Amino acid sequence: MAKGEIVLGCLAPHPPHVVYAENPEQNEAFSEGGWETLRWGYNRLARKLKTIDYDAMVIFTPHWQTYIGTHFLGLPEFKSKSVDPVFPNIFRFNYDISVDVDLAEKMCEVAGDSGIITKMMRNPDFRIDYGTITSCHMLNPDWDKPLVTISSNRNAHYYSPEVMNEQASALGEACAKAIEESGKKVVLISSHSLSHRHFVTESPLPEDMSREHIYNHSQYVWDMKLVDLMRGGKMREVIDIMPEFTEQTIAETEAGGLTWMMAAMGYPDYPAEIYGYQSVIGTGNLIAAWDPMEATREIVL
Amino acid sequence: MTGPDILFEVYCPPHPQPLLSPEASDGYGKLRDAYETCRKRIEESEADLILVYSTTWPSIIGHQIQAHPEPEWVHVDDDFHFLGSMPYKFRMDVEFAEAFRDAAKSRGLQSRTVAYDGFPIDTGSVVALKLLNPENRIPACIVSSNMYANRAETIVLGKSARDAIQEQGKKAVVVVVSSLSNRMFTEHIDPTEDRIHSAKDDEWNRKILEFFGDGRLEDLSQLSREIHGQIRVQKVVAYKPAWWMSATMGQHNNYTGEVLAYEALHGSGGAVVLLTPASGSVGDKEFDEDDVEHYHGDRGVLDKGAL
Repeated sequence: MAKGEIVLGCLAPHPPHVVYAENPEQNEAFSEGGWETLRWGYNRLARKLKTIDYDAMVIFTPHWQTYIGTHFLGLPEFKSKSVDPVFPNIFRFNYDISVDVDLAEKMCEVAGDSGIITKMMRNPDFRIDYGTITSCHMLNPDWDKPLVTISSNRNAHYYSPEVMNEQASALGEACAKAIEESGKKVVLISSHSLSHRHFVTESPLPEDMSREHIYNHSQYVWDMKLVDLMRGGKMREVIDIMPEFTEQTIAETEAGGLTWMMAAMGYPDYPAEIYGYQSVIGTGNLIAAWDPMEATREIVL
Repeated sequence: MTGPDILFEVYCPPHPQPLLSPEASDGYGKLRDAYETCRKRIEESEADLILVYSTTWPSIIGHQIQAHPEPEWVHVDDDFHFLGSMPYKFRMDVEFAEAFRDAAKSRGLQSRTVAYDGFPIDTGSVVALKLLNPENRIPACIVSSNMYANRAETIVLGKSARDAIQEQGKKAVVVVVSSLSNRMFTEHIDPTEDRIHSAKDDEWNRKILEFFGDGRLEDLSQLSREIHGQIRVQKVVAYKPAWWMSATMGQHNNYTGEVLAYEALHGSGGAVVLLTPASGSVGDKEFDEDDVEHYHGDRGVLDKGAL
C-alpha cells in the first residue's frame, strides 16, 4: 500500500454568515448576500479542491469542545439539523454527511498510542457542530467526500495557550502518522477565525455590509502580521508566536486548529495561498491554503 | 406587593450524570436525590414559572431568551455522549419570555427571544428541567449567559428578570445552573473514584456552601470575582451566576439556605442548594462596588483625556 499523504491544508473560518449569504437549499434562512470577499475566496478555493485527487476531509473544529481528551466522529452517517446557538436567525442547516470511520479510528488509535487522551463518538443522536458544517460546505458544497471531525480539547482554558500549542502539535503529528499509515490522500481543514472579538449587537439586516468592520484596529494589525508571515512561508514563526497572538486578540486559534494543521504538515516553509480576509460581526477571518505541491501552488492574492 | 414573588431559588450543576447515570456512583445518586427533593418542593409550591439561568448556554448577541412554546429534540452532550441521549420536550412560557426581553431592553440591554425548531437547548438546562419539572407541569423560561457580559450587565439582567416577574404577577422558582469549582479531570475516570479535582477547589467549594447555608447570597455575589480567580477555569470572564442570582433574588442575605448535596462530577464541584427568602439578615460585609440599575454599554476611554 502506498503511503497516505496530506494533499492540501486549508484555513477555513466558519462564521455561519457565509453559508447564510450563499443561500444553499439546506439552510432555512434567506439572505440578500453579504461578505463577498470571503465567499468569493471560498468559491475559488473550492474550485481548486475540485482539481485535487483526495479521499477525505479531516476537520478540526472549535465548536465541538471537549475537556476530557480529543474525540473523533465514529459512525458512518449523520443526518439531522444544525441550529447555531448564537446566530439561530441565520443558520438552520439540514445536513447529511458521511464519515470516514476507518480513518477516524486510525487517528484515534495512533493519537492514543502517543499518549493523547482520546475517545470515539458513537452516539447516533449526536449533532454535528456548525463549525464543521460551515467550513465543509464552503469548501465542498457538493458534500461528496467523507469527513473526519476532530473535537477541540480546550487546553488553553485549563492550562495556557503554550500548553495548547504543545498538545495540538502532538495531535497533529499523530494525525499525520495515521494518514501516512492509512494510505489515503487527505485534505486538512483548520476551521476558525483569526482575531475573535465579536460585536454584541447585530444590525436588523445581518447582511447589511455598511455595518461590517473589524472590532478594533489592534485586532486588524495582529491579523495582518500573521498574514504577512504566512505569505513569507514562516509557519514555524507563526506557531511560535501563537500564544501571544491568541491572548492579544482572543483569537479562535485558542482551540488549537492551526497549530494542529501546521504540525501535521511539518510547519511549511513555502508561501500560503491567500484567498481572502474579511471581518464578520467584528471578527477577523482569513481563508488560506498550503499546497505541498510546488507545481500547483499559486499566488492567489 | 413590594417586590416580585420569588418563592425560592435552586442552584444545581450542569453535568448530565445525575440524569443519565445516577447509579454509577454514590455521589451521583446523592445529587439525583437532591434534585428529587427540589422537584417535590417545586411541585408542592404555588409556582407558575420556572426561570432558568444556564451557564452552559453562552450567547454573543446580547441575552437570548428561549421562546419556543414546545422545544423538542434529542440532546447529546459534547463530552459525555457515551452516557446516552437526552430526549426532551419542554413547555415554555412565551408571554413571560417576551416580557423578560422587553424588561431587559428597557434597562439598556441587548436582548432577543429565540423560537426555532431544533434550537440546541444546552445540557445544563436539559438536565435541570428534566429532573426538576419532568411532567412540564409548570411552564419554564431559559435565559443565556452572554460570554462578554461582566458584573454591571449581569446584575442589570437579574433586575430585568425581577421586573418581568413582578409585571407578570408570576410566582416564580429561580434555577441557576452552574458548577462551583469547574475544573474536571482531563482523562476518563471510574465514576466510583470521582472526587473534587484538588483540595483547594474542595476548600473553596465548602466555603461557598457555608455562605449558601447561611443564606448569604449577596455576600457571595460580592465575592464573585475572588471565587472566579480561585476556582474557576478561565473559560469566561467571570463567575456570573452569583451576580445574576443575587440581583434576581433581591440583593440581600435574608434567606434560609439548605445545602442538599455536594459531590464531585468528574472532578468539578456539583452542589444542589435551595435558598428560600426569610427574615433576618446575616453577614458583616461592607460593599464598595456600585449598584447598577441601567446598562449603558462599554465606557469608551481611548478617546478621552488625550492631549
